[in-house]
Amino acid sequence: MTVFCLAELDGDAVADASLRALTFARGLAASAATGVAAVIFRAPDLALPPELAAYGAGDVFAVAGVDGYAPQAWGRALAELLDGAASSPGHVVVAAGTERGHEVLAHLGAITGLPLAANCVAASPAGAGGLEIVRQRWAGLLLEDAALDAPAALLTVATDAVAPEPAAEPGAAVVHAVSPSVSDADLVVRAAESPASAGGASLATARVVVGGGRGVGSADGFAPLEELAGLLGGVVGVSRVVTSEGWRPHSMQVGQTGTKITPDLYLACGISGAIQHFAGCAGAKHIIAINTDPSAPMMTRADYAVVGDLHAVLPALIEALRARALGGVCLAERVRERA
Amino acid sequence: MEILVCVKRVPTVGGVLTLTADERAIDTKTSGFTISPHEECAVEEAVRLVERFGGSVTVASLGPVAAEEQLRACLALGASAAVLLETADGVETGPIATAAALHALAAAGSFDLVLLGNEASDTGDYQVGIRLAHLLGRPAATGIKAISVSGSSLSASRTYRGVVETFTLPLPCVVTVKEGINLPRYPSLPGRLRAKRASIARVPVAGSGPVTDVLMTRLRVPAAPRKQATVLGRGAEAVPALVSVLAEIGVLS
Repeated sequence: MTVFCLAELDGDAVADASLRALTFARGLAASAATGVAAVIFRAPDLALPPELAAYGAGDVFAVAGVDGYAPQAWGRALAELLDGAASSPGHVVVAAGTERGHEVLAHLGAITGLPLAANCVAASPAGAGGLEIVRQRWAGLLLEDAALDAPAALLTVATDAVAPEPAAEPGAAVVHAVSPSVSDADLVVRAAESPASAGGASLATARVVVGGGRGVGSADGFAPLEELAGLLGGVVGVSRVVTSEGWRPHSMQVGQTGTKITPDLYLACGISGAIQHFAGCAGAKHIIAINTDPSAPMMTRADYAVVGDLHAVLPALIEALRARALGGVCLAERVRERA
Repeated sequence: MEILVCVKRVPTVGGVLTLTADERAIDTKTSGFTISPHEECAVEEAVRLVERFGGSVTVASLGPVAAEEQLRACLALGASAAVLLETADGVETGPIATAAALHALAAAGSFDLVLLGNEASDTGDYQVGIRLAHLLGRPAATGIKAISVSGSSLSASRTYRGVVETFTLPLPCVVTVKEGINLPRYPSLPGRLRAKRASIARVPVAGSGPVTDVLMTRLRVPAAPRKQATVLGRGAEAVPALVSVLAEIGVLS
């Protein structure tokens, strides 16, 4: 068997979500004593993203001839790859649980008739060619233990549940050029890309997210959150009530039906912490909550809590960070003067 | 435009999720039921398209008889017909069988557009729309946050990693949408009265024989990952402690 892993590219690099998928694929491959074969949709003569070897890919299938993103054509190419793979049973195809990962593997599942387990957090071989998996339901609020017995297994990886870890030993990353025979029908739906109008930094990949909820009180109330996010090199995210109130657009929503975030720090201000909100922020490494109600779920489930009104705490915090930055600059100047 | 919208009855989850004794379902003794926010938006989008271009909205749900409650809620929002693809109580239907049952219904009508939520909020399978599209032999787009229709083509877009992706699909097609594509209306009083009286077609879904799909063995509520929070203080007085924590975490340059 082989564990194929679709590696989405973000410019010339492997996307963060796909690094998590590669990590997951490598763990599964190791437990089945086999290797990981990465699949990228890019001309084989272009320089290989170094992450593929670093994350342990023994082989890299570079799919050429599909210009841009066409989900059904990508699914068709994977189906051909699976079809042409050695006839040993139990091949696995893994992709990140992103919009693209889900839809490409769903196309692959529809083309091949194979089942697809979405948002897996663990998988291990069980019996002849079967897998035991653990997957998320309710966006991670529940876990499902399941068996997957099929000629080949299709899995997407819950990207907030698996941290990216480079391999102890880099893979050989031997490149194989692939030219799938996609039909016109496979290419009917393809993405035309244009830059997003507002907000450069992405909520999904931000290192710091400053969250605002009902406690912010109004659209104007976000000024200190935005200022703080700027100081910390982060972005602002919001809870569902904020978008329902029309204070901020839905694109900023963190949660089950919004964006799932994986920052180093989530600073949740005036957010009580509905269960659907936790589904979006549980992947944060550290959570600090600021809330007037010390018994709010967000406050009890955070790592650190400040009891108080965000409109009192944030201005004081911003002032302290400014003073600290200024202090740092002054210190640097003093050091330079002395030198 | 003739539009079919597919919705799913799911428990309303609030503070805590608890499971039934056999660990195969959420205990719904004290909860209500609803459809996912994505699906509410799918119904709203369909109603808006019909208000603009004419036609009608049919809403369908695969589930137990009790799912008529959700179908009536959709009728109150402006759908004009509802079909229940009836399954036995307490039986979970996997994504492959769900797509097959929806296909039987969708293929029997002449729908220009089939709308679904991007994923059901309970099982989160992320595939029923695409499997249905393949069975119908129609193009599909998923995760869509904006739709516009002109003539016989539909333009669907979403933002992916800071880039707007726009897909142009010929009608008929299948589109799955996400919350945020619109702000759903509240049902009007006449709408609610009409929904209450409306008749809902029931189509029994026969067990389609063995289907190879992901086989759930049991559900678990993950252990709460967070310990009791360390309280840094009250109000602005907590700021020095807060700054130390930020430095410790490594988010201060």
